[in-house]
Amino acid sequence: MSINATPTGADVAADETRRPAAVPKQRGGRRKPPLSENKKAERRLGLLLCAPAALVMIAVTAYPIIYSVWLSLQRFDLRFPDQREFIGLENYVTVLTNEFWWTAFGVTALITVVTVAVELVLGMGLAIIMHRTLVGRGLVRTSALIPYGIVTVVAAFSWRYAWTPGTGYLADLFSDGAPLTERASSLAIIMLAEIWKTTPFMALLLMAGLALVPEDLLKAASTDGATAWQKFTKVMLPVMKPAILVALLFRTLDAFRVFDNIFVLTAGGNETSSVSMLAYNNLIRGLNLGIGSTMSVLIFITVAIIAFVFVKLFGTAAPGSDDGERR
Amino acid sequence: MADIVLDKVSKSFPDGTVAVQDVDLEIADGEFVILVGPSGCGKSTTLNMIAGLEDISSGELRIAGQRVNDKAPRDRDIAMVFQSYALYPNMTVRENMAFPLRLAKLDKETIDRKVDEAAKVLELTSLLDRKPANLSGGQRQRVAMGRAIVRQPKAFLMDEPLSNLDAKLRVQMRTVVSRLQKQLGTTTVYVTHDQTEAMTLGDRVVIMRGGAVQQVGPPQELYDHPKNLFVAGFIGSPSMNFLHAAVQDGELHTALGKVPIGDRVRRELESADAPRELILGIRPEHFEDAELVDDDTRRRGMEFEAPVDIVESMGSDKYVYFTVEGEKASAAELEELAADAGAADFAGAGGNLVTRLSAESPVAEGQTRRVWFNLEKIHLFDPANGRNLTLHEGRAAGALAD
Repeated sequence: MSINATPTGADVAADETRRPAAVPKQRGGRRKPPLSENKKAERRLGLLLCAPAALVMIAVTAYPIIYSVWLSLQRFDLRFPDQREFIGLENYVTVLTNEFWWTAFGVTALITVVTVAVELVLGMGLAIIMHRTLVGRGLVRTSALIPYGIVTVVAAFSWRYAWTPGTGYLADLFSDGAPLTERASSLAIIMLAEIWKTTPFMALLLMAGLALVPEDLLKAASTDGATAWQKFTKVMLPVMKPAILVALLFRTLDAFRVFDNIFVLTAGGNETSSVSMLAYNNLIRGLNLGIGSTMSVLIFITVAIIAFVFVKLFGTAAPGSDDGERR
Repeated sequence: MADIVLDKVSKSFPDGTVAVQDVDLEIADGEFVILVGPSGCGKSTTLNMIAGLEDISSGELRIAGQRVNDKAPRDRDIAMVFQSYALYPNMTVRENMAFPLRLAKLDKETIDRKVDEAAKVLELTSLLDRKPANLSGGQRQRVAMGRAIVRQPKAFLMDEPLSNLDAKLRVQMRTVVSRLQKQLGTTTVYVTHDQTEAMTLGDRVVIMRGGAVQQVGPPQELYDHPKNLFVAGFIGSPSMNFLHAAVQDGELHTALGKVPIGDRVRRELESADAPRELILGIRPEHFEDAELVDDDTRRRGMEFEAPVDIVESMGSDKYVYFTVEGEKASAAELEELAADAGAADFAGAGGNLVTRLSAESPVAEGQTRRVWFNLEKIHLFDPANGRNLTLHEGRAAGALAD
């Protein structure tokens, strides 16, 4: 059954008799049982009902993706429109052998790994605080979520001013130079801004996971002799694992596409460009549609690989836990 | 193994609600004590305080003679079984049962041996490598028990452990729990809202209502000599019948006729502030078909006639429901009991009289039948405070006692 239309009485009755036959099909995935008239009609209706949504999806996502793949296979620079021609994978060779690309890739990977790791730890702490607060729960939760509610660019500007010598309090406090003009300190500030901004989001996702841990389980662990830390590592974390993985996936994908903070804070100076910055510089500033599209496609592929690894991880790392939840 | 003493233990919350009030209870080493009462009576809170999962507001709790008020659950050496079983979903049955032992840092061989022993006792050996998600309710319940017994704690605390099982399994598991407790001889505190479980399992039963202990004693004593209206109505299934009784000219005017009273009750009623209205309680088995009563027995009771409403034949005997006229008994306790049981189950205070007659009785629905009841087994309660007026030195003596 694909999409559920409102079942009529007959459908429901048919459903009862159909189920035993349908089960082996789902398990084995080989033999197709003959479709009853009822089911065929239901399926047609299902297709019709999801057609509009599917068309919109194709128009707004599939088309641009396919078009950028098409662009990435051409030499296409808007400054020299006459030289447009199909060159196969040559753009990919150019990008993948370019040290700027790999520097940006390294920067992006570093930002991703560090920010997601720090956010996980801080987010977990924040989630536990939000979950456990008894007094002024609304106030605590709201104030914890404020950074996430502020527009990234606005927040990035305030970080920039704060770290600019002369105008900013942080620059005067922590350094005697201009931290945003050196690579290491710039990267640190970019990551700081990212972490500050998205930890609340991580906390929100983890809090949903915390709600999954039954109170009785923690009580049982207490009487079984567990310390607070043992309760956290041996009982809460395993039960929360699916929620943690989802939170990690979301944040990793997001972090890999980091753009606004870098754009405002350093504009990619001192080799602080992320891959998204690089693609933007080539595509919009350099007007090189071929190379820019190639980079976009490469980012897309990387993100897809990350997602694939994570989804595979769900399937392999948490067997049984899935079953447990459904019951 | 150890004794548990609750000395004026109370629990109140910051908003002022009092969940448990001055509970005094001494649980002997190896004793099986049941805390029973309707929901919200404070029985689970009391258990959680013994476990250390809730703070004690005032009073003292001693386990094995040692004050444990401020000790964390892990330092009290008690094991708890939960209604939800609370098995760790990510661990196998073996890992679940080994968890407390691993936390106690025993070596692997000892752990394996102990888990295998416990699994054998509970017939879990073939399930040791399964995850809880793949077990039935009864099996999960046994794993939860296994996790409790495996480390030989000072005491078992059980919080409605059988309430999530279906009726048949519950009866089975009841005997398992009972046998296990006798075998191990470990002090056990068991919370339930089911009075059948309370009656069948415990050495002693503690009946609680609104955070306070109503009566403590062996099941039979609670049944025969209830201290007050609440205990009388809570224990027994079907529950005791309650009738309105007006005191007039040294007699009780009830829907079943004029009931004579003995000297002792009369003396009670002579004092100035004595109630003029009482509640009369009779258990279903203290009725009998008047035809089947011999003369000797007849003298100890009295008879009345009433239309038969419903006959339920149980084989061994018959439950016969009579319709009786007259004012209904009313008291706060009865309303509470009715609310807890669901109006359908608690016929005690209604216009219906539940009787348990011999199977030989030829009673049929629709007819009017003459019924005898035993005056020596009657209880009289003061509706204002629920006190049992027929109780003398802890013994109920009926209405006629001198």
